Amino acid sequence: MATSNNVKILGSFASPFVMRARIAANLKSVGYEFLEEKFGQKSQLLLQSNPVYKKIPVLIHGDKPVCESLIIVQYIDEAWSSGPSIMPSDPYDRATARFWATYVDDKWFPSLSGIARAQGEEAKAALIQQVRDGIALLEEAFPKCSKGKAFFGGDEIGYLDIAFGCFLGWLKACEMMNGIKLIDDATTPHLAKWAEKFCSHCAVKDVMPSTDKLLEFAKVLAAKFKAAQS
Amino acid sequence: MAEEVILLDHWGSPFGVRVRIALAEKGIKYEYREEDLKNKSDLLLKMNPAHKKIPVLIHNKKPVCESLIAVQYIDEVWKEKCPLLPSHPHERAISRFWADYIDKKVYQLGRTMCATKGEEHEAAKMEFRECLKLLESQLGDKPYFGGDTFGYVDVALVPFYCYFGAYETYGNLSMEAECPKLLAWAKRCVQRESVSRSLPDQKKLMERISDFRKRLGFE
Repeated sequence: MATSNNVKILGSFASPFVMRARIAANLKSVGYEFLEEKFGQKSQLLLQSNPVYKKIPVLIHGDKPVCESLIIVQYIDEAWSSGPSIMPSDPYDRATARFWATYVDDKWFPSLSGIARAQGEEAKAALIQQVRDGIALLEEAFPKCSKGKAFFGGDEIGYLDIAFGCFLGWLKACEMMNGIKLIDDATTPHLAKWAEKFCSHCAVKDVMPSTDKLLEFAKVLAAKFKAAQS
Repeated sequence: MAEEVILLDHWGSPFGVRVRIALAEKGIKYEYREEDLKNKSDLLLKMNPAHKKIPVLIHNKKPVCESLIAVQYIDEVWKEKCPLLPSHPHERAISRFWADYIDKKVYQLGRTMCATKGEEHEAAKMEFRECLKLLESQLGDKPYFGGDTFGYVDVALVPFYCYFGAYETYGNLSMEAECPKLLAWAKRCVQRESVSRSLPDQKKLMERISDFRKRLGFE
């Protein structure tokens, strides 16, 4: 791993969005200092470097902050252009990858994260179905993007792999908490194979938290949510 | 191979306007197809099955959906003329950030402000004014958001100039008082043919918004 290049990533071990930045940095062999935010508190550095949203992740390169996880991933790809490319090289493939990453962020993830906070079984079931529908779309998109290779990005992990793969830890936690299967060999064979390869990739495995740790963290989140409700 | 470029769009859509401006900036010849949003064409449903929304850019039979994705696509394919994104990685990240901010905030807050009353209206108005303030300070004294040249963030925001009348009327504010630099910037952008020819007819748009409000029970 190269020296730190004066790169910091502000984040939390549990955040899939933070994971995107770390995976991208790992892919490019960019060394960075990981500054873990304390849960429930926002550091001065975070508030200063992301005054608009006050959210993690933030990448600070030298003294320049970059905010929003997908923007950070593209920045890393462009600032360290000598490593493997994260974005596809063809403009149409890039547009496709961006489309699905946006879909994951705007439509799919809100359904997934809503499951834990759903009020009542019917609401929960509806959200679970929405998650399944999204997964089905991505299962269908996989062969078109991968063109027969192991990842959405081809032979190597790319933008869409990072954008969607970062949620696999939470997806597994959700499966366990609800006694369901969302990605499996029977219904989503492409994604099942892809998920295993993604999670064991050298750029991913050290930054993907274990399901146990996430389940523990989920309990903390649930308690905080309950407290906020009462 | 001859390029075939089709845009599935709706005359009043600010998102469609973005793509029209980008195409015009690059001098790209294309076929504009008006969609009836109450009776969407088979082509639209086929080209954007996930969202079934306009705009959809169809380049040599391949669809590109989502306005900002289409604008970036246009910028990358027709890269020799009028680059919309800057070349330096950090400046590109800043441009993407602000275009994304505009996408998350301006349309939704403006719409809520113009289509609600009471507490909901007041809350949206407060947030909308904050949003304008932030954009005003981001623009500063530069002629365009990216600096000296018209670019990606300008394309993302300028379509909402058509709604300034609605913001003033239904939001009960003065754009001149709230964001004079932004107002001057918008007028500067409209001097460009690519923008003036892409914006919808203001009168028609105001009528549409007024009809929408009537259907909601206002006026």
